[in-house]
Amino acid sequence: MKVLVPVKRVLDYNIKPRPRQDGMGVELSGLKMSMNPFDEIAMEAAVRLKEAGMAEEVIAVTCGPASSQETLRTAMALGADRSFHVESPADIEPLNVARLLAAVARRESIQLVICGKQAIDDDSNQTGQMLAALLGWPQATFASAIELDPLGTMRVTREIDGGLEIVSLRLPAVITADLRLNEPRFATLPNIMKAKKKPLDLLTPEQLEVGIQPHLQCLQVFEPPARKSGILVKDVEELVLRLRNEAKVI
Amino acid sequence: MAILVIAEHDNHSLKGATRHSIAAAGELGGDIHLLVAGQNCETAAKFGQSVPRVSLVKWVELDNPSAENLANLVTSLSPSYTHVVAAATTYGKDWLPRVAAQLGVAQISDVVRIESPDTFVRPIYAGSLWTRVRSLDSLRILTIRTTAFEPVAEVGGMASLESLPADHAAGHSRRVSQELHTSERPDLESARIVVSGGRGLGSAEHFRELLEPLADQLNAALGASRAAVDLGYVPNDYQVGQTGKTVAPELYIAVGISGAIQHLAGMKDSKVIVAINKDAEAPIFQVADYGLVGDLNQVIPALTQAMAITG
Ligand SMILES: Cc1cc2nc3c(=O)[nH]c(=O)nc-3n(C[C@H](O)[C@H](O)[C@H](O)COP(=O)(O)OP(=O)(O)OC[C@H]3O[C@@H](n4cnc5c(N)ncnc54)[C@H](O)[C@@H]3O)c2cc1C
Ligand SMILES: Nc1ncnc2c1ncn2[C@@H]1O[C@H](COP(=O)(O)O)[C@@H](O)[C@H]1O
Repeated sequence: MKVLVPVKRVLDYNIKPRPRQDGMGVELSGLKMSMNPFDEIAMEAAVRLKEAGMAEEVIAVTCGPASSQETLRTAMALGADRSFHVESPADIEPLNVARLLAAVARRESIQLVICGKQAIDDDSNQTGQMLAALLGWPQATFASAIELDPLGTMRVTREIDGGLEIVSLRLPAVITADLRLNEPRFATLPNIMKAKKKPLDLLTPEQLEVGIQPHLQCLQVFEPPARKSGILVKDVEELVLRLRNEAKVI
Repeated sequence: MAILVIAEHDNHSLKGATRHSIAAAGELGGDIHLLVAGQNCETAAKFGQSVPRVSLVKWVELDNPSAENLANLVTSLSPSYTHVVAAATTYGKDWLPRVAAQLGVAQISDVVRIESPDTFVRPIYAGSLWTRVRSLDSLRILTIRTTAFEPVAEVGGMASLESLPADHAAGHSRRVSQELHTSERPDLESARIVVSGGRGLGSAEHFRELLEPLADQLNAALGASRAAVDLGYVPNDYQVGQTGKTVAPELYIAVGISGAIQHLAGMKDSKVIVAINKDAEAPIFQVADYGLVGDLNQVIPALTQAMAITG
């Protein structure tokens, strides 16, 4: 079984984003970029399947500009065997990412795709589900545990609003990883060195015969309305008085 | 042309999120149809008839309400609508993107403002920024952030009811079991007051012993930071934030929570925020209306007692 893990290069989660001067996007130049945290978890899940003898090969893929190759090297340092860089604009939409990923999945006869549940830049939470639909495959989103049997039946525990849910599905399938699926490992220096020699192949949307015309037009990126600043109270008594008489919420 | 709103329900009654979705659909302009799909969901469908603004309730029996089957159903209904709207809950987020992909259109997630039938505002980067986007598709598929739209009233409508043929498609995935956490407390997403705890609580026992009595006094829901969930203090569905729930109660009390941007993403639209933290530099104080710097081990029992006395 071959496992595909789509990974996205995003602004590091510790950095506060700001709108670009022209207000048409987010300022990224010179800032620290990282692999989307959910994709690290997805990668870890795939590598563990390989280590458990359930998967033969783990393939990473990213859609983005040339700089995204850095994230593929990280993915290979974390255990992916090889990777694909599909050249596309940085602000490519989830639907178009899903179309490109579907083409890669078909080309490589993938059995299982593990995505992150959401990219922490656009917060769309769509790509995995769209990919599953385009491939006509079942899905299990927001996974916090995966059990796979040798016949290709999976039991996936999903984090849902009311608690947890277990679903059963058969391969081929798409899973999206939630935060508690695992604790991703760190890339060790020897593995970072080895990753430099692993295959990284370039693909274009044309080669994959996928059109990536936008369906959305970004009109503006801006700071949301700020909260007005509050006050410090000296003790519980003052807090209760203010909540009662000033804020009138208790 | 009309707007299709996807109802969220437990087969018996509609969940609160549905009334927020209908309110959002009301801003788009057009007739509102409500889809109730599930197993033995006729009662929920009848419930939907009384929701204001809805003109027609369509209901369907699904043998297996899996993500794949729900998506196929909505895909087949969508072409006669201008918009399809669902709440950005784990229900809507799970399968609405499948509908969009099957129809070859974009989905616009987590809409917080509807500016016109084709222009929407949505948060990105854990709500640090907002973006205004225009849809170039003729069918718009939206999930809405419930806290951004005041819900319509529970009753007052008189919609007609239409039953669609039952669907017995096998579907690919199937639910094996659910472990839902039931509680006597108000729902986290609709509670008027939320008491939320973080790593500062130190242990599951401490979380319970300190925060439950306070929540009892205030008739509040309990919430938590990711750290508190990861450490096993409380179940996953307590998590508030970028990857958990979004809440906007009248009063949010953050106890032993530092205020990481990912946490703020889920609560900073609360009307009044109280922060209790021993570290005066904690970022939570930047969004708090009332901050109290102190040890939660002293502050919380005192606050609980003050509430008990003054009621
Ligand atoms: C991709 C991603 C998604 C995430 N999603 C979420 C999310 O949805 N929700 C979320 O909450 N987090 C999320 N996080 C995690 C987030 O970045 C923080 O790590 C988390 O919110 C911290 O939780 P905390 O405030 O409880 O813990 P800490 O940051 O450790 O803060 C504990 C606080 O307790 C205070 N404290 C300790 N003892 C006491 C005492 N005795 N009295 C008073 N105060 C005390 C400390 O001063 C400190 O401020 C996410 C992170 C990532 C990378
Ligand atoms: N440009 C991209 N390249 C590769 N994978 C992506 C890309 N965008 C999104 N993904 C995958 O889809 C998941 C969900 O992203 P999103 O739907 O944008 O929130 C991510 O966690 C990745 O696994």
